[in-house]
Amino acid sequence: MHATRALAAAIGQQVVPARAQMATTLGFHIILACFGIAFPTIVLVAEFRGLRRSDDVAMLLARRWSQVMGVLVAVGAVTGTVLSFEMGLLWPGLMRTYGAVLGVPFGFEGIFFFLEAIFTGIYLYGWQRLPGWIHFYTGIPIAITGLGGAVAVMAANSWMNQPGGFTLSHGKVVAVDPWQVFFNRATVYETPHMILAAYLVVGFLVAAVYAAGILRGHRDRYHRLGFGIPFTIAAILTPVQIFVGDTAARAIASVQPVKFAAIEYVTRTGRDVPEYLGGFYVNGKVYFGLRIPYADSLLVGFKPSTKVTGLNSVAPALRPPAITLIHLSFDAMIGLAFLLLLAGLWALWVWWRRRALPRQRWFWWLGIACGPAALVAMECGWIVTEVGRQPWVVYQLMTTSQAATTNGGVIDSLTAVIILYVMLGVVTLVILRMLARRWRPAGPASGGPA
Amino acid sequence: MIVDVVGGILLAGLTLYAALGGADFGGGLWDLLAGGDQRGRAPRQLIDDTITPVWEANHVWLIFILVIFWTAFPAAFAAVMTAAALPLWLAAFGIVLRGSGFAFRKEVEALHWQRLFGAAFAFSSLIVPFFMGTVIGAIASGRIPANPAHADLAVWTGPTSLLIGALFVAVCGYLAAVFLTREASRRSDVRLRRYFARRAGIAGAVAGALALATLLEIHSANPALFHGLTHRALTLVIVSAACGVAVIAFLATGRRSQALRPLSVLGVAAVVWGWGVAQYPALLPGTSLTLTSAAAPESVLDTVVVVFVAAGLLVGPSFLLLFSLHGRQLLEGEKHAEEG
Repeated sequence: MHATRALAAAIGQQVVPARAQMATTLGFHIILACFGIAFPTIVLVAEFRGLRRSDDVAMLLARRWSQVMGVLVAVGAVTGTVLSFEMGLLWPGLMRTYGAVLGVPFGFEGIFFFLEAIFTGIYLYGWQRLPGWIHFYTGIPIAITGLGGAVAVMAANSWMNQPGGFTLSHGKVVAVDPWQVFFNRATVYETPHMILAAYLVVGFLVAAVYAAGILRGHRDRYHRLGFGIPFTIAAILTPVQIFVGDTAARAIASVQPVKFAAIEYVTRTGRDVPEYLGGFYVNGKVYFGLRIPYADSLLVGFKPSTKVTGLNSVAPALRPPAITLIHLSFDAMIGLAFLLLLAGLWALWVWWRRRALPRQRWFWWLGIACGPAALVAMECGWIVTEVGRQPWVVYQLMTTSQAATTNGGVIDSLTAVIILYVMLGVVTLVILRMLARRWRPAGPASGGPA
Repeated sequence: MIVDVVGGILLAGLTLYAALGGADFGGGLWDLLAGGDQRGRAPRQLIDDTITPVWEANHVWLIFILVIFWTAFPAAFAAVMTAAALPLWLAAFGIVLRGSGFAFRKEVEALHWQRLFGAAFAFSSLIVPFFMGTVIGAIASGRIPANPAHADLAVWTGPTSLLIGALFVAVCGYLAAVFLTREASRRSDVRLRRYFARRAGIAGAVAGALALATLLEIHSANPALFHGLTHRALTLVIVSAACGVAVIAFLATGRRSQALRPLSVLGVAAVVWGWGVAQYPALLPGTSLTLTSAAAPESVLDTVVVVFVAAGLLVGPSFLLLFSLHGRQLLEGEKHAEEG
């Protein structure tokens, strides 16, 4: 009895730093993963334009973007490797029981990752010697496998949120249906949500770089095209993303009601549930939140009488921690999404009126803000889904504490990871800045025809 | 039995990672030992040219091995990741430093930055194979318990582990030097060809000595494995020794040969398969975990085979395309391309 309690205490001690470390490494890697998923398409659009219309400016952008992609893909490859180590190093309990199930989507991810790495090698270093269209075609597999890899990884994550497709007997997985594992109930909404997020993050971030240039007076074609290609892609996908996200939220309300209750500050199960904007959640009460009566019930079921499950539906130990964090992250994600939508509508309006990009400086400030906004929205989304599913690592089957390593010293690896990743992040940004500075004089001079 | 097929797939992945990824690690090793900026410029350039477009693809073999391992043998995977956590953490951090250092070095122009990132790349190329070797040593010497609660230094710091760690480093250096010798001779660079041929010979001899020492050490550390190596896997052990001796002899005569690269790879492959065949059917020696007892449900093993076949059909030809384009020097650095 004493031993079990000591063991439980030891387990409890490791799960918090283990979660912190997973959050740090995943939160970092996901940014690079976005570039792996979405950047190839954006580069290929520029190259396509360059080849099709003999557009040297588009071609120059494609080349430079692919060089940036080279740096980011390399960093992404190694930070991704850390994650596959961490699956075992931090979560041996999870792997011991469910490794066989989780391996199914990850196995397919391996194939996509292989093809992505191979064709990235060909595409990035083939600019000089491979003929134009041939070079373009070697990029197509990168764009496709980037999507495929995302589908596979999201299948694994959504499986943890909606586990299925296997048979347990005495705590051991005895049979697996790979098809059902891969296409679990949550894949349908999680996967498109993440893929769209990747396009938004990369599109708005790349556009932000050129928005800054335009704001500094470089209204030349190089900057307008550098802004226009990624911004157009991201802006078109923004309303799609809002629709998908809305669908996802409603799905969560039905399949992970406790997560949804945390998101929306629903303390008690009931009808006529209000929506809170902002606010803090302390001991079952919301402070400083803007209360909109009936709104939550309306959003879930389109009528005020819709019943919404509250946090009180499960024992306190089975509710997610940091409910304020979950709710505010969700609100931030939604708020930022509408900011992105606004930027797109503004550009669309001006384009419709006079076939040009907006002239107002405000628009370009907004263009810069959209980059970090998309990034923060994506990270907030991950906080919602990952903190919101706590205390479960495999929903309603295994808690995160059961999954965590029993090894001491997670604090040490967490410290090492934080130091390493801060350095890595800073150096990556410095290198990208350096590339931008190197390219500046070589690009078309400022003050060109606007 | 399907589980044997999956075991074979795991060994095939290890072989390819050892041969392809190993050569890339070895490149970093020779980069580390290439000397000052002036003296080391030519060999470093050749190493860089050889590794650049292919290292990421070669690196994916590691991910592939990890995923197949945890998918097919989850309990054994969890045991290794728990008991040998420290060297695995160090290897993972080394991988981060290595890949990012290599990628960053290309993009910076100032010499001191190139030195810094080059050092990160080169030094971590040394430590990653070493720590991975210690983990393999921990498995081979039967020091990983079936259900460990904690990491233990004793698991991976035994003589077998240290020897295999050193062996991994030497083998990486050996493969890289053989590959680079061939690359230099294809570029008709006599000086570099001699440079790397000499190093290939030395690294080969060191690797051979370490392999022999490991074999003797295994005799006491894991008699069952030793028995396997000297009986069931004897042919493979002889093949690996013969390949090593042949390569070193070729190098000593100074003649050019097309056979060097395949022979060196065959020698390394024979070591990997020799280990697997000798240890069969034990998965973690010293425990009750065998290929069969530790295996995932059958449908999962089927999936692993499907993934492997799909990989063979899709990834195999793509790799050939990459290597053949690289071999014909059609993949040149973008940096030289743009403003040049």
